[in-house]
Amino acid sequence: MILAVTIWLITIVSTVLMVGKYWWFPEVASAHGGDLDRQFMLTLVVTGVVFILAQVGLGYAVARYRDGAGKVANYTHGSEKLEVIWTVATTVVFFAMVIPGQSIWADLYLAETPEDALRIEVTGQQFAWNIRYPGPDGEFGRLAPDLIDDEGGNPLGLDLSDTAAQDDLVLPIMAIPLGKPIELLLRSKDVTHAFSVRELRVKQDLVPGLLIPIQFTATRTGRFEIACAELCGLQHYNMRSFLEVLSEADFAQWLKDQAEE
Amino acid sequence: MAEEVQTHAAHHEAPSGWVRKYVFSTDHKVIGIQYYMLALFSVLVGVGLSVLIRLNLAWPGTEISILGTLFPEGAPGGIMTPEFYLAMLTMHGTIMVFFVLTTAPQGGFGNYFLPIQIGADDMAFPILNMLSFWVTFLALAVIMAAFFVEGGAPISGWTAYPPLSALGEIAGPGLGTGQSLWVVSIALFCVASLLGALNFITTTIDMRAKGLTMMRLPLTVWGWFVTAILGLLAFGVLLSAGVLLLLDRWAGTSFFIPGGLVVSDQAIDHTGGSPLLWQHLFWFFGHPEVYIAILPGMGAVSHILATFARKPVFGYNAMAFAIIAIGAVSFIVWGHHMFLSGMSPYTAIVFSLTTTAVAVPSAIKTFNWLGTLWGGRIQLTTAMLYALGFVSLFVSGGVTGLFLNQPAVDVYLHDTYFVVGHFHMIMGVAAIFGIFAATYYWFSKMFGRHLNEFWGKVHFWITFVGVYCIFMPMHNLGIGGQPRRYAELTAFDFLQPLVSLQQFISIAAFITAAAQIIFVANFVYSLFKGRVAEMNPWRATTIEWEVPSPPPHDNFGGKFPVVYRGPYEYSVPGAEEDFVPQTAPDARGSTG
Repeated sequence: MILAVTIWLITIVSTVLMVGKYWWFPEVASAHGGDLDRQFMLTLVVTGVVFILAQVGLGYAVARYRDGAGKVANYTHGSEKLEVIWTVATTVVFFAMVIPGQSIWADLYLAETPEDALRIEVTGQQFAWNIRYPGPDGEFGRLAPDLIDDEGGNPLGLDLSDTAAQDDLVLPIMAIPLGKPIELLLRSKDVTHAFSVRELRVKQDLVPGLLIPIQFTATRTGRFEIACAELCGLQHYNMRSFLEVLSEADFAQWLKDQAEE
Repeated sequence: MAEEVQTHAAHHEAPSGWVRKYVFSTDHKVIGIQYYMLALFSVLVGVGLSVLIRLNLAWPGTEISILGTLFPEGAPGGIMTPEFYLAMLTMHGTIMVFFVLTTAPQGGFGNYFLPIQIGADDMAFPILNMLSFWVTFLALAVIMAAFFVEGGAPISGWTAYPPLSALGEIAGPGLGTGQSLWVVSIALFCVASLLGALNFITTTIDMRAKGLTMMRLPLTVWGWFVTAILGLLAFGVLLSAGVLLLLDRWAGTSFFIPGGLVVSDQAIDHTGGSPLLWQHLFWFFGHPEVYIAILPGMGAVSHILATFARKPVFGYNAMAFAIIAIGAVSFIVWGHHMFLSGMSPYTAIVFSLTTTAVAVPSAIKTFNWLGTLWGGRIQLTTAMLYALGFVSLFVSGGVTGLFLNQPAVDVYLHDTYFVVGHFHMIMGVAAIFGIFAATYYWFSKMFGRHLNEFWGKVHFWITFVGVYCIFMPMHNLGIGGQPRRYAELTAFDFLQPLVSLQQFISIAAFITAAAQIIFVANFVYSLFKGRVAEMNPWRATTIEWEVPSPPPHDNFGGKFPVVYRGPYEYSVPGAEEDFVPQTAPDARGSTG
């Protein structure tokens, strides 16, 4: 009986931890984030029901069928009917939950990038973020790895002999305009990093040798922390930057200010 | 017990010399105990490391003078450095996954009990078996050496993703000699596991007693058999990946290192490799590895639930097929570790669906465990408590898998503490509970003496409540966005509200870790002073309970048993006792 009560208590506390939302998601700040959160909540409800039923059932069985005087165990090898029922039921429930959720992933990763998306390049390195804007010409200039010079202020190896490179803006922080589709082009100079911003519900590895695009649209203004989410070495826990979501006018001003500095 | 002398049943004498008997032994029972002791040593190291990890996570920068004395380089002045933290984390994961979760259930209990349960006098290839253990031992010695070399243990995590793990010291401390030793150790471990897997498979197919058909095997044997098949197919891949990584490190090849890298302002002289290739090879091994850790536990738990519910396993066929199904599907789910790795986003959907499929046989197992308990006559021995704890933890750790298998949801949860909570719950503590259940169940057979039940129960209660206090709140940390593998939580504003929860987890971890002293003390004391065990203390049905405790060198004294029925004939109506041994010719269980 103590075991049954303990299992039930654990079940209640675990449920309260989830239902009470004491430690929870930050308020969402991207267009796809709402769908993602809803899929999470749907999964939480379905798995929560499975979790509670199984734990309560386990506790009940232990309490109800505890050995005692005069008790006889039921001699049975099972029931094919039950096996079929719970196999079919779990298959249906699990797939019915998982399959529709794939459309969120498809919207995020398989959809065409809108023509008017603002393209920003993000390059990770131990242990800093380099954010590059293409400048007024809308084109990223050429990069040459042998020109890379962190101390000399050219962390990306921007080749200024290329005219497209001359107006490129390389910054340690990022700002984006509210409500405009953003395409980030992710790359890394050294090891694998991951770009993550909690509020945007965005996370993606930066893999050396690959250029990985991701897209999203911000839906509320604010200043969010960019964190590295893939172990990249000693200062992994310290690899931080900021992403500011600004109104379109503020963003234009910000970009101008940065270019002048 | 019915016995029949078969023509090939040559009774062989135990070797007489101490070295041949206890060190370089070919007796599967001695090798099983050697594996178990190796895992016990490793788990103590692994738990010790986790205590240091928890200390630094909850109270970073705290001066603890004893640490400064113990680790003058890792914690100068008593304050842990980030590289020390990451080295502890890497070694904790590596030691626990390889040297505890892979060795104890399979190399330990599998070696000891598989031959006995199928009525064989030893493994098919005893010398290979001995070799398998000693290569594992060598692998452990090599990885332990990483603590003591210049630069210390590697900081690249147990997954050792290149380029971080491939570039050498330039990428960070511990990535020189320490990382090389890590790769060599894992490669050796793979070789040993391949030898072991061959042995288990051959033995199960070839050496079963007369009458012991596959569908009469104890579910433990099914667990070990399928685990061995997974090991045979998975460890070879990791071995080759390890060799390629060593070539990248030592021979200047570029399997995993792309061109144009610049690390700390220095150009790297490699070209053309792919970091994702390692991830594919690693996880092609790594996901089956999860089941290598847990399938033997599933087998043992089914076995123990039946024994102490005094009922046949509910749905034996479904249970055996579920083990096979989990094993088969485990080879086509590895991409769910890589949704955000940069691989084609189309494949994510395929891997998501295959991973959902693996949840079905897992659910079937849970239903059947409940079915086994239902209508039983449950005896709450320590072994049974741990088996019940396993079922509870398996459910808790299993349901969270249904979040992480969805790429969209994984976008947020990937590499957060939600993942840490999930895998610790299922492949960590659920698997450990399987090992504990098996230990309390079989100790008496292995050593001829019982573990103390009272202290066993004390150990269970603290551990059971403790692991829930540790790993359940981790899911909330993940929902709060806490990334994995951060040496400190000091740099980010959003982590500050999570610190109090981290501190709670650390306190729970210290108490739970301390409770393991009870287990070790009980283990050592009972080896010498425990209550002497009879042949069949649990009144169980399978063959290991028909031989003395501990069994003689060739298990059966030259006479092989014959099997007449399935493995879990408990509470058979009309039988003399509430169990009918597999070897009893008479359905009423008369052994006369």
